[in-house]
Amino acid sequence: MRGGGLYLTLAAFFATTSLFAIGGANSAVPEIHRYAVNVQHWLTDQQFSETFALAQLTPGPNIIIVTLIGYHVAGVLGGLVTTLAMCGPTCLFAYFIGRASDRFKGAAWHSALSRGLVPVTLGLLASSATVIATTSDYSWRALVITAGTALTAFFVRVHPLWAFGVAAALGAAGLV
Amino acid sequence: MTSPAQIPADSQTIPASPATIPHPDAAAPPPSIGELFVAFAKISLSGFGGVLAWARRMMVDERKWMTPEQFNEAYALCSFLPGGNIINFSIIFGGRLRGPAGALASLAGLLGPPFVLILIIGAIYAHYGELPVLRRALTAVASAAAGLMMATVAKMARPLFRNRAVIGPLIACMTFAAISIMRWPLPYVLLAIVPISIAYAWRRPA
Repeated sequence: MRGGGLYLTLAAFFATTSLFAIGGANSAVPEIHRYAVNVQHWLTDQQFSETFALAQLTPGPNIIIVTLIGYHVAGVLGGLVTTLAMCGPTCLFAYFIGRASDRFKGAAWHSALSRGLVPVTLGLLASSATVIATTSDYSWRALVITAGTALTAFFVRVHPLWAFGVAAALGAAGLV
Repeated sequence: MTSPAQIPADSQTIPASPATIPHPDAAAPPPSIGELFVAFAKISLSGFGGVLAWARRMMVDERKWMTPEQFNEAYALCSFLPGGNIINFSIIFGGRLRGPAGALASLAGLLGPPFVLILIIGAIYAHYGELPVLRRALTAVASAAAGLMMATVAKMARPLFRNRAVIGPLIACMTFAAISIMRWPLPYVLLAIVPISIAYAWRRPA
């Protein structure tokens, strides 16, 4: 696959995936991993995990991970294509729903829709966490970092940058 | 834009309280296209792992472009639309105030700065990504990020498992198994499971 074909593949995949990213960009992480690593072999597991980490360390919306994947696969233009594909269709959708929403506020189907999506979103986020953990935790020390962060963040409010800073220092020191 | 005539008719059903300001005009004058861009660029650059808190601070506390109620309503809408929640929020907010140009300015403010930043980071990573120190640090950050997500999931799951509910947790577990164990494609899984989940929610009103 070269040239235009590659851009088309990127655009088609991310545009489709965006429409199924319910509950936010992180819900799509397992699907992006499945396709980019397992199907297309654009990245290795380790590269995917590092890409995810870089996106987490960058300020801004979580969706920015798709820019980095596009850049990795097909340069700056690739990053532009994946970003626009991931945002375009859902933004059009949001624009028109946003303007119409006053009309269906409080409707029974509106409530059923949002309540019905909660457990699905939960399953997707749990999958994201699992996929990231299984692509990153190759040593028992990495598992300890995941478990330790999960427990700490469950019981106390942790700013993500603190968690990342501690983890990065432990990793750089060779303790992971 | 919603016509002003609709708002009073709608708000008559809500008992007036000092905390409820029914219309954006009551809060502050609507922002210009340029102000929208700058506001969302600031939100974007200050937000690590969760831009929501910053969006709320900017929109409700600092600029007073929205009341807390309006923010909650808009955010609830965004979280059930597909795509990034904060991205949808920028589109809906900018679009309601300034039409398509406002939506585009908000989106450009939100995505532009991190887009440039991540390309720079990506270029540096392409050069130095093989350094063992960097690899180990990044892998550790990913491990920590997975942990943070697990904590979020656990917090979100608590209300779902109350009231001896069975179907909600079952749907969450089925989604989890289909995506992360079976590794089935997301569209097929959602096309199968979302209608069931919504139908169940429909039959059992909250």
